[in-house]
Amino acid sequence: MGEVEKMKKEAEGLKTQIEAARKAVHDTDMAAAAAGLASAPRVQLKTRRTLKGHLAKIYAMHWSTDNRLMVSASQDGKLIIWDSHSGNKINAVPLKSSWVMTCAYAPSGNLVASGGLDNMCTVYNLKTPVVKIVKELDAHTGYLSCARFLSYAEILTASGDTTCALWDIETGKQKTVFLNHIGDCMCLALSSDMNTFVSGACDSLAKLWDVRDGQCKQIFQGHTSDINAISVTSQNTSDSCSTEKRQKRASHAVSSFKSASSLMLIFTNITIMANINFFPIGNAFITGSDDCTCKMYDIRSDQEVIGYQDAQLNSGVTSLALSMSGRLIFAGYDDFNCNIWDSLKGEKIGVLSGHDNRVSCTGVPADGMCVCTGSWDSFLKIWN
Amino acid sequence: SSKMAGSNNLINARRTVQQLRVEASIERIKVSKASADLMRYCGEHAKYDPLLMGIPASENPFKEKKPCTIL
Repeated sequence: MGEVEKMKKEAEGLKTQIEAARKAVHDTDMAAAAAGLASAPRVQLKTRRTLKGHLAKIYAMHWSTDNRLMVSASQDGKLIIWDSHSGNKINAVPLKSSWVMTCAYAPSGNLVASGGLDNMCTVYNLKTPVVKIVKELDAHTGYLSCARFLSYAEILTASGDTTCALWDIETGKQKTVFLNHIGDCMCLALSSDMNTFVSGACDSLAKLWDVRDGQCKQIFQGHTSDINAISVTSQNTSDSCSTEKRQKRASHAVSSFKSASSLMLIFTNITIMANINFFPIGNAFITGSDDCTCKMYDIRSDQEVIGYQDAQLNSGVTSLALSMSGRLIFAGYDDFNCNIWDSLKGEKIGVLSGHDNRVSCTGVPADGMCVCTGSWDSFLKIWN
Repeated sequence: SSKMAGSNNLINARRTVQQLRVEASIERIKVSKASADLMRYCGEHAKYDPLLMGIPASENPFKEKKPCTIL
């Protein structure tokens, strides 16, 4: 038997072993374990602010750690920094490329970053008299789907080129490249201790990585569609795609975007996990997918522990955020709503209705005082 | 060349096996324990969760303030 054949056999054996090990600890699921728990109260939140200013679809938003400022990114080619309390715009940063897919606020509040179909992550300094570009991080060979700062010195990116990367902002170089996904990486979420992060991709898998050594520690499956959203909670405010398929998808992405039809269209063809967030305690994370469901995975059990789905819900999940205790999940959907789920019991307990188009992004600030939704209708809403 | 393809296949196969070995070696805890820990966390932090508990108007920075008239 050739060596490749031997390796394939060993791989199959190991996969069987892993499945058996997961089954062996699957003595219940979260919903059953939480059966005796009182239901979360029905949550009715009011729109407190409607932030108007963008002239086109909003694709991303991110809260500052000060719980007051936030950055949003729109196809109108701008980043806007908002004071959520007053509703005022603090900055409007013009982008070199309007095909933006992500934005991020640095923990210090001095920097923001954005990126998209330009394949780059651009870092801006907000504190200079005029907002200046600090660095253009240029090494990805595919679109930038997500970026998150570890500090003013380091940033993590996820890309359509199927890799994630940790960058040194000062030198502009990649310190570590995370190679393992087979499909476009759509989202990432950093654990609160910043030692690990989870990524979701077009291969419908979520992967847990060690930030420092670049190792993929665990791989989670379960979605039948791409993961669009991944939430590691608290902080934030979450088998093969052939090269040919990927190239087709990437070019479809460019043409869809440029013809102003939905960016999300490219994602609906290829089940994606498009959003991902950690649970506050860092032992678990939530994912949202094109398959219209969200799921919670526990890292120490190495498997899905509960799913959030409803027979009547047949639009994809675009974005996710968790309340401070982790009990509430705010999930944005293609059907213009943001549904509120009880994370432990798996019940839908509320809905945020008010947008006139797809909810593309959601975020809860660190102090948990509100939830922000951003939409293709060009508005952001603050609810509590 | 087919030799290149051959050695690439081998490299990929080795990498796959290495990765799976790492994953197969981790300790897994029972889902009942994992669930209990998550439930405990939520329970302990519920009272600090403004969106779960509700926010009194006086403490809500987003509540519209009534206009003041200076006489």
